[in-house]
Amino acid sequence: MTGVVLKDIRKAYGQVKVIHGIDLDIKQGEFVVFVGPSGCGKSTLLRMIAGLETITGGEMFIDEALVNEVPPSKRGIAMVFQSYALYPHMTVYDNMAFGMRIANESKSEIDRRVRSAADILQLTPYLDRLPKALSGGQRQRVAIGRAICRDPKVFLFDEPLSNLDAALRVATRIEIAKLKESMPDTTMIYVTHDQVEAMTLADRIVVLSAGRIEQVGAPLELYERPHNLFVARFIGSPAMNIISATVKETGDTTTIALPDGKPVRVPVATAASEAGKAASFGVRPEDLSVAADGDHLFEGKIAIVEALGEVTLLYLEEVGGQETIVAKMPGIFQAKKGDAVRLTAAPEKLHLFDAEGKTYRR
Amino acid sequence: MVSQIISAVGVMVVGVFVCALYYWLSDKILQVIFPTPSGDIQRASRNLNRRAVVRPWLFLGPALLLLGVYLVYPVIATFILSFYDRTGSVFVGLSNYRWALQDAGFRQSIFNNFLWLLVVPAACTFLGLVIAVLTDRIWWGSIAKSLVFMPMAISFVGASVIWKFIYEYRGAGETQIGLLNAIVTFFGGDPEVWIAMPFWNNFFLMVILIWIQTGFAMVILSAALRGIPEETIEAAVIDGANGWQIFWKIMVPQIWGTIAVVWTTITILVLKVFDIVLTMTNGQWDTMVLANLMFDWMFRGGGDSGRSAVIALVIMAAVTPIMIWNIRQANRETGGH
Repeated sequence: MTGVVLKDIRKAYGQVKVIHGIDLDIKQGEFVVFVGPSGCGKSTLLRMIAGLETITGGEMFIDEALVNEVPPSKRGIAMVFQSYALYPHMTVYDNMAFGMRIANESKSEIDRRVRSAADILQLTPYLDRLPKALSGGQRQRVAIGRAICRDPKVFLFDEPLSNLDAALRVATRIEIAKLKESMPDTTMIYVTHDQVEAMTLADRIVVLSAGRIEQVGAPLELYERPHNLFVARFIGSPAMNIISATVKETGDTTTIALPDGKPVRVPVATAASEAGKAASFGVRPEDLSVAADGDHLFEGKIAIVEALGEVTLLYLEEVGGQETIVAKMPGIFQAKKGDAVRLTAAPEKLHLFDAEGKTYRR
Repeated sequence: MVSQIISAVGVMVVGVFVCALYYWLSDKILQVIFPTPSGDIQRASRNLNRRAVVRPWLFLGPALLLLGVYLVYPVIATFILSFYDRTGSVFVGLSNYRWALQDAGFRQSIFNNFLWLLVVPAACTFLGLVIAVLTDRIWWGSIAKSLVFMPMAISFVGASVIWKFIYEYRGAGETQIGLLNAIVTFFGGDPEVWIAMPFWNNFFLMVILIWIQTGFAMVILSAALRGIPEETIEAAVIDGANGWQIFWKIMVPQIWGTIAVVWTTITILVLKVFDIVLTMTNGQWDTMVLANLMFDWMFRGGGDSGRSAVIALVIMAAVTPIMIWNIRQANRETGGH
């Protein structure tokens, strides 16, 4: 069964193109998260699925029906907005019942669905309140309840947690995860710029940049095998260390030279034609560890130590125009500014990208 | 002409200067009465507090005095006058009020005022709202809005003169210079004396005020509509509401407070309507309203200050509750600021 299918979807405002041909196949019951920096088109794409933005080119199918010209209410979708978008003049009950009343559902059916949604979201005591008498978290739950009442095939979330404070965000995130679990057949599409939300909620993540898909995959797949520099930098925090390098020896494993001339063997196959070309060498801060003896990747003096308790971040002093190297040490790491440190990483944790930023890993 | 301009500018400059001088002087006097000696900190802080209590009243003093003389005193004087005869010298008790209850002209005016009250605020608010919504999403919307708003800049008398030309009547056979009669005769109808057509002529007069005030309603409601969060409308679209339902069930309820303020503001204006009736019909052909009746009794037909005062009080009694409600509502809309 297919949930939502996008075929070469495009969007332009006059001459300005914002979405450049998106192909995506979302299965029924899948939880897909669109992530990307602001302005990458993720919200626009979601609004196109919702029907709030027209589709300039391509075809969109929901539940195998072409929906390009279908109005939002007939697409079988429900949307949860960042700003909650509750009707301020209606009680919680009326907010949730509005769509069904428009659709002329029977009073008993409306009541049953509102009460069951309120029950799921623990909103029953607040049914008679106006939105302004609710906290931010409660408002967002009402917005989710309103979506549940529509009994949609596809749930759309547009940055639903952005307006909540940090603690509530975590709690509501877990609620959304539970909600998904309780509705296994409902497809959910979720837009966020927060990679933690993306990593924790998604079955699959779609990384978008400048109106194009950079990579689609399971959260850990994106983390372990980023297809390109953009995804490598975007997923993970702090971002992956990227150092420009030159390919020295090609073959089943590749040897590269770091800017200081140091050779590094990366267990990635390259074609002979790549020899001598510029490349980008990447290693995640959390994959770096202190080198026991001679064999190390980087050495340098510590410029900044950030002790967060659970981890300690070490920033090495820049050497000769290189990018700053960041290392993430588990727990509390005894170090101070100015200490010399040698860092290394397991070979399978190393990443290598070609001059265009594409991974060499196949 | 030049000397008039110079004297007007002079008055403005002197006026501002005198005001500034008053504030400066009164504050100086305060400092003399409540000194803040540097040695005695307790006394200094006590006197500073006293100054802060007195200062607002001192600064507001002239304004309060003028308000008292020009607003409060006339109200009381009118109230007293209403119990006296036409000359204001012989006490007649409630006889002016008894007269008002029985007078056909008074009843006619009350009836006409009610008509104005029912039609004009409703029409202005409704048209203003409709225009505000319709002009919101089209490129020439702001041009249209400017045109609708423009009559606001015209005085009631000026507007009435303009509309006199629209309702103008020339005898049958003559060329009709009135726009309405020109149109009627163009389509083969007979010219009518529109403003002398009892009952309906009230509505022809109301049209003028609606023409003037729709712009006001439109501007205020347009701003209120802009304040509606776009997401609530999108949510309603997803919920399946059509344009009509979104307008009535999502948009209008969210700006209900503003609609009420606009409605009542125009209602107050309508209760005081005077210039249009005076200019168009002078109250003839059953178009008399309270304000004109009051004016007639006071300054025409011999001048009867007693009866005129009764009518003035009736108008005031009608306006006051609406005004209080209006101010409260407006304060609530702006969060009490």
